[in-house]
Amino acid sequence: MTAAPLHHSTGEAPIIPRRLPVRTELAMLLRTLAIQGAWNYETLLGNGIGFCIEPALRLLPGGVHTPRFKEAMARQSKYFNAHPYLASVAVGALARVELDGEPADRIQRFRTALAGPLGSVGDRLIWAGWLPLCSWVALVAFGLSAGPWATLFIFLGLYNAGHIALRVWGLRVGWNRGMRVAQALGNPVLRRGPQVIVPMAAFAAGAGLPLALNRIIGPGRGLLPIVLVGAALGAFLLVKLQGRIEGWRLALGVLAGLVLFSVAR
Amino acid sequence: MTTSLLPITLLGAVLGLDTVSFPQAMFSRPLVAATLGGALAGAPLGGLMVGAALELIALETLPFGASRYPEWGSASVVGGALYAASPLPLAGKMTISLLAAVATAWVGGWTMVKLRQRNARWSERSRSGLDAGARGTVIGLQLRGMTADLIRGALLTVVAIAVFAPLAEASLGLWSVDARLSRGLAVGVAASVAGAAAWKLFHGSIAARWTFVGGLAVGLATLVLR
Repeated sequence: MTAAPLHHSTGEAPIIPRRLPVRTELAMLLRTLAIQGAWNYETLLGNGIGFCIEPALRLLPGGVHTPRFKEAMARQSKYFNAHPYLASVAVGALARVELDGEPADRIQRFRTALAGPLGSVGDRLIWAGWLPLCSWVALVAFGLSAGPWATLFIFLGLYNAGHIALRVWGLRVGWNRGMRVAQALGNPVLRRGPQVIVPMAAFAAGAGLPLALNRIIGPGRGLLPIVLVGAALGAFLLVKLQGRIEGWRLALGVLAGLVLFSVAR
Repeated sequence: MTTSLLPITLLGAVLGLDTVSFPQAMFSRPLVAATLGGALAGAPLGGLMVGAALELIALETLPFGASRYPEWGSASVVGGALYAASPLPLAGKMTISLLAAVATAWVGGWTMVKLRQRNARWSERSRSGLDAGARGTVIGLQLRGMTADLIRGALLTVVAIAVFAPLAEASLGLWSVDARLSRGLAVGVAASVAGAAAWKLFHGSIAARWTFVGGLAVGLATLVLR
């Protein structure tokens, strides 16, 4: 984790390492996996940000018993919202500006400005792109007769390669750039990633749907065309009803109706 | 099922925790969770079958921001374990397992909302410590939230098994609809939800629409040629 030369804008000149010690970096990375552990409707990720930054704040001169440490902890544990994976960018950058000794009001403004973009970029890249892509790729493998463990390995391996890489990159780029981290959000993967990933996910969805259905239905293919046509009609109905009922609720109702009909008949 | 109740409950707890709190590595996706639930009940392949059908439904409910969504981790463990509990290819087994899992996911989503409200109350009660920058308070809140989530997942799993295992056994004994028709209907419903979810994600991009059609052609061709 390399860094540009540090500057100190307060009178006190702390001895801050140019690189985070490996133990500190690992502790922060591990804690980012639990960043949503106390997620709530009031402070959202706020407590999690304080929790993740705490190992870095211990590097402040005087350690954990100083007013500066406590002020930083209080500041960083307030309301914050971001995508949980990209929050690592904020964790790295906020740790850096705290250790650089930036003025409190400047840190506060920076913290507020960071939240919005880290939420929307992450949602588009991960929830609307990477996760559906990995799910559909695994369903394609399943449809092509992959066994249970192979299917799990494909899904978890692919998904978490991207997931962990994003967290590690975020923490490092945040630490390395500090106040200038906004430039990192122009990274081509973040900016153009969804434009590439979504069509790939769409391809995998198109291929995966008939393949997965065929395998779940099992031997005797006569039923598959009927199920496919029925599914297309059902999907059309759900799209038309969009906003009025969620698909999973409709599925729950239909499944319950089928069970009742079959048992009571 | 009785002998594997403890490991299934523990798995439900851990995968419930994975949904949001730690580490959100998608072990809680139905494809994974139902397979693991099925494995603990002795049939990972059976769990995978239910998991694949549930995954089709779960693709609609992606965890965007603070939105409320079903909790698929513990629920899929329940679905996979119920399906795998009976070694016989009984008619209605898939339908009942899917119903149990989706119903559990619904209740699980509600328990997550309650947990988040509880976290907010704990946070509010710790206001003085948070304002003072007490590291013990920040770390304590985080650990308390995760512990509560773990317990939430365990309770949800054990209650769901206690409710649905006897119901499934009784329903399977009375099942009257043809096995393939039951399965076709259940899977068709799941595929409808997946199709609508795919449309929701892809319709904004012309490239994605065409690649979806291309993928569909490849998938169907593969089925014909196999």
